[in-house]
Amino acid sequence: MIPMKFDYYRPDTVSEAVKIYGQLDSEGKRPLYYGGGSEIISMARMNNLDMGAVIDLKGIPECRELKTDGDHLVIGSSVTLSDITEADLFPLLSKACGRIADHTMQCKITVGGNICGTIIYKEALLPLLLSDCTVLIAGAGHLKKVSVHRLFHQGLNLSPGEFIVQFLVEKKYAALPYFHIKKTKNEKIDYPLISLCAVLEEGSFKLALSGLCGFPFRSVRMETELNRRDVSPEERVRNAVNLMPGPVLNDVSGSDRYRLFVLKNTLMNLGKELEG
Amino acid sequence: MFQVIGKSVISLEVNEEKRDVTIEPSDTLLHTLREQLGLTGAKPGCENGDCGACTVLVDGWPIKSCLMLTAEAVGHRITTVEGLKNAPIQAAFVENWGFQCGYCTSGFLMVCHALSQIHPDAEEIVMEEWLQANICRCTSYEEIRNAVNVILHCSDSP
Ligand code: FES
Ligand code: FES
Repeated sequence: MIPMKFDYYRPDTVSEAVKIYGQLDSEGKRPLYYGGGSEIISMARMNNLDMGAVIDLKGIPECRELKTDGDHLVIGSSVTLSDITEADLFPLLSKACGRIADHTMQCKITVGGNICGTIIYKEALLPLLLSDCTVLIAGAGHLKKVSVHRLFHQGLNLSPGEFIVQFLVEKKYAALPYFHIKKTKNEKIDYPLISLCAVLEEGSFKLALSGLCGFPFRSVRMETELNRRDVSPEERVRNAVNLMPGPVLNDVSGSDRYRLFVLKNTLMNLGKELEG
Repeated sequence: MFQVIGKSVISLEVNEEKRDVTIEPSDTLLHTLREQLGLTGAKPGCENGDCGACTVLVDGWPIKSCLMLTAEAVGHRITTVEGLKNAPIQAAFVENWGFQCGYCTSGFLMVCHALSQIHPDAEEIVMEEWLQANICRCTSYEEIRNAVNVILHCSDSP
């Protein structure tokens, strides 16, 4: 049972969604865009949210698209994690999505919801960061394309009233050799101690991580250290680990020292896995 | 644009029947199925997406009905355990002792039935991934696994 009251809107078009957001906002209804809705419902049930309306984006055809279009993959923001794993157009993304929550939840959680929600791990974002993809964003009076690195850098850069319509991924990234590993404290289904996605592109690693800091990230500085050939693998890993972009999480799921220990070991295996 | 503002009457398709219900936009599907339609097969457990006791099928896919708004379900096909009507998985659960107290059973049945329809040749690893969404406090897991194995890889499974 959800103890609070709110209204429900399911627009059919991008412009209808933006318009109803503006209207509800001006009426003081504090609207929220709604993807899979699992986090919104969980928080509303605990009275931890304050909205007067939700705008369900799943009725918008562009947000539901999952297809190849020329040399790009088009991934609508309302595509569910299980849609992604079933279609398997981008194997690394499939792997990452297949380890978020449990399978039934993956049938509800959307890729946009995983990235725009309040849970810090956002593991669906990792392969998208590695693909340097383009994000189509709708807002009042505009539909703009931005780099995924503009959308997310240590936090989400969306203005009030904006929502993600699609991710546009160059197909070549879906074909790169990849490595995915998720380590949890105990259970297979849990938030990550570390979630690591990596690809090998023209002989160099690209790396994105979740579970270490209060935000998922891709670090070019860490990649540069890992890709050096003039020092030993141990030194590369040590140098890379010293370049964390923020404080390392230190909580009941894992201390900061333990997370870094796991990271070091995982990075040592990365070269062997990807380079053979 | 479809919208539900305040208390409203909406139409759902549940177990292949059209059913009108009066809902608040903030009602969950679990609540509506149980309180409005008397379909008590979907069980409230954690109501937080953790236990799977409330699982129903939406357009053939398993969904935790405690984490779906009833309004969201408009325009989609909902199947509850009451709509399975002697599906092979139900007999397989009985024959393999796939339950004890039975509280988790309808949720497990829905996931297993969906798996058998969507991936009738599912490998063990896929079966495990799907079934990890549900918790059985009586730990009937081994028996449930046996029941699912009976219906997977059967070409005559409807
Ligand atoms: S009651 Fe829905 S998952 Fe537990
Ligand atoms: S049979 Fe009792 S909880 Fe599963």
